[in-house]
Amino acid sequence: MSGRAATRVEIRACAKTYAGGARALFPTSLVVEPGEVLALLGPSGCGKTTLLRVVAGLVASDPGGSVRFNDDDVTSRPIETRGVGMVFQHYALFPQMTVEGNIGYGLRVRGVSAGDRQRRVGELVDLMRLGGLEQRRPAQLSGGQKQRVALARAVALEPRVLLLDEPLTALDAKLKVALREELAELLRRLSITAIHVTHDQEEAMAIADRLAVMRAGTIVQTGAAEALYRDPADPFVAEFLGRVNRIERTADDKAAGIVRIGSTVLRCPPALAAHRELLARPEDIAVQAAPAGDVEAATVVQRVFLGDRVHLRVQGCAGAPLLVDVASDAAHAVGDRLRLTIDPARLMRAAPQNG
Amino acid sequence: MTEGSVRRSPALFAITIAVSVFTVAPMLVSVAAGLVENYSVGARSGYTLRWLDEVWSQYGSTAWHSIALALACVACAVVVGVPCAYALARSRSRAARAFEELITLPVAVPGLATALALILAYGEWRDFRQSFAFVFVGHAVFTLPFMVRTVAAAFAHDDLVALEEAARSLGAGFVQRFLGVLVPAVLPSIVAGALMVFTLSIGEFNLTWMLHTPLTRTLPVGLADSYASARLEIGSAYTLVFFGVVLPALWLMQWLATFFGPRPVRATR
Amino acid sequence: MIAACFAPAAALFAAFWLLPMARLVALPATRGAATYFAVLLEPRYLQSLVQTVALALAVTAASLVLGAAVGLYLGRRRFAGRRLLLAALTMPLAFPGVIVGFFVILIGGRQGPFAALTDELLGTRLTFAYGLFGLFIAYVYFSLPRTIVAFTAAAEAMGEELEDAARSLGASGRWIARDVWLPALAPTAGAAGAILFATAMGAFGTAFTLSSRYEVLPITIYNEFTNYANFALAASLSIALGVITWLALFIARRFGPAEVGAAA
Repeated sequence: MSGRAATRVEIRACAKTYAGGARALFPTSLVVEPGEVLALLGPSGCGKTTLLRVVAGLVASDPGGSVRFNDDDVTSRPIETRGVGMVFQHYALFPQMTVEGNIGYGLRVRGVSAGDRQRRVGELVDLMRLGGLEQRRPAQLSGGQKQRVALARAVALEPRVLLLDEPLTALDAKLKVALREELAELLRRLSITAIHVTHDQEEAMAIADRLAVMRAGTIVQTGAAEALYRDPADPFVAEFLGRVNRIERTADDKAAGIVRIGSTVLRCPPALAAHRELLARPEDIAVQAAPAGDVEAATVVQRVFLGDRVHLRVQGCAGAPLLVDVASDAAHAVGDRLRLTIDPARLMRAAPQNG
Repeated sequence: MTEGSVRRSPALFAITIAVSVFTVAPMLVSVAAGLVENYSVGARSGYTLRWLDEVWSQYGSTAWHSIALALACVACAVVVGVPCAYALARSRSRAARAFEELITLPVAVPGLATALALILAYGEWRDFRQSFAFVFVGHAVFTLPFMVRTVAAAFAHDDLVALEEAARSLGAGFVQRFLGVLVPAVLPSIVAGALMVFTLSIGEFNLTWMLHTPLTRTLPVGLADSYASARLEIGSAYTLVFFGVVLPALWLMQWLATFFGPRPVRATR
Repeated sequence: MIAACFAPAAALFAAFWLLPMARLVALPATRGAATYFAVLLEPRYLQSLVQTVALALAVTAASLVLGAAVGLYLGRRRFAGRRLLLAALTMPLAFPGVIVGFFVILIGGRQGPFAALTDELLGTRLTFAYGLFGLFIAYVYFSLPRTIVAFTAAAEAMGEELEDAARSLGASGRWIARDVWLPALAPTAGAAGAILFATAMGAFGTAFTLSSRYEVLPITIYNEFTNYANFALAASLSIALGVITWLALFIARRFGPAEVGAAA
């Protein structure tokens, strides 16, 4: 690939309102650093695809919004002249063209000579490990192969930005994981700025350098996966990125500066002292067998063996059952009585930051 | 959704406008022509209902004949066609497949040929030949495949097979199953088929022209007569009658169809 | 039980189509086996056949192109009155062919606005209703609605992903038409085109009303039967016409049963 510097993408106050008043996207601003892979993550209808299509040039932002690639204001340019590469959920390969034809399409439109085209297509075929498939039609390819062709086609023109619209959603679970790793590796190698839309938080965390979690047309929080996981700004983000327990504190608890988990009483960290509700990740909760006389111990009501770990559902005296993740060789069975505890530093706030 | 190339193509827009005008203008001209005193002079000659009066007194009966005929076709298509559709959907034999191909032949072959065949076969039977039954028979054979195909497709749905098996396991006899379970399940298709049959029968000309006699005329046959022999204004007024009679009937049936469930119609019409 | 379900339909069909048709097919043999090929051997009939095929092909081509354009436009845009427009555009499907012929006479005939216009501009009344052009226009009139219905549905089903992908690679206008629209609409065009061809070949009422100078096969058959009482010849020509239309519809079904609408 050429040694061209990567592109910085700046989105300023882009919004989208459809006829009838439906707001798919509220004014949103975002910066994607050169060479960075950013994931737009959220449930369906959150506006992530709309935002992607605004960056792509398929959808025009409401007046007032702008999109810049480095210093170039591309807001008024349609996708044909924006210089982006795009990969789609259902591959969108031209059914009547071969793999070669598909990959070389953008070059053909641009008028690149047959010789140069062939050379470039060959490079991409090697890069995407599609050797031997050049003459096949899309109908003769597997899902994974199709997506690789789609990727090759998108990067053939060395686009400034690569946009991926749920590229792995249509694949089955195992294939998804395999292709995910390939994709992450490829993006790193190309060091191209990329925006990746998905509703799968695992996928986002595996591929992206940074995540932007969206809901109902706005970005709720951006940051690296670990930062968002450990310090979510919002219960929505916390719950979207993984399973989470809500821990209630009574007025007395608050007054006393404590938090109860099961029958265990812990000192509440000062930063969280004012919060009525806290969040705790299942894997952060530690368990041990309760001593025989412990009346307030929690009981295991459900045990699910998942291969590499065990999910327990544990019911204490009060409140909702807690979800606890333990090692797969843990011996706790349904009906066992347990004592729970957690490192207070792992507790997270439930209310939004300014609450 | 509409921000793609379609918006950027003035050619498509222009063609759509042109085609729309091309299609709608003659209908409007025809309606107007039936209401003016003199077509060559145009609107300046003044508006009148006398042509409509004349048409109605001379040709009015053809409207009722056509509607009655169309309804008879619908009845026949339902009574004969629905069981046939069931049989086709359930039967796996080669004979059944062959039969399915055969009954669509009256559609594939020009109406003229079918009419000729009927005349050659039954022309000697005076009473039959000169009655409405002769026209009816031609219509029935022509419209039957539409009902059969639409309803057979519905009967063949997997969930219907399961429904029938469930009914059988509960002890339901054939007639019970058919009338109580199957027919209600495919009712939307039957209604869609009925709509098609009705429309086709009302507008049928090729067959009917050959089969009719001066005493057994349908609306389209009457129209052809008036186009050939009467003034343009009469022809236009008669066409207006066609619109006035047929379109509401069609809309009524379409409204009834939505009543019975929005199953998509397989055959385009 | 299944057999009982077949019985009424089978009886109706046998009595009023199969047996009469068998008799029709046997009729030309009474004048010699060569009668079956009259459509090819007799110059008069051959000319009628060729004219009909030429007309049907031209009408099919024109209707497919125009219908595709309208279908692409209406299938992918939403605007107030769209359903009304679609309903208006598909109304002609319910018209008997004679009405379409009448429309052409109204507008392109001796008393129509076209004649009046040319009279004012050129001094003589010109008409287009009674020749090939009038016939062509009329046939296109009743063929267009069918293609519009088919292509609108196909364009709706086409989706936008492929077009977005092509555009992201820089393609616009003619590239999109050639690499996205054409391949996506080809099956619909094939099925609809075959039906159109069959319908145009077998159309009688329109040509009858126009009493066109351009003679088509159905009119020839009608004349043989009604005016010359040449039953055997009429039968032979009907069979030839029937074979051609049946073949066209057979080909249409090769494009997929979902594409094929009911022919009328």
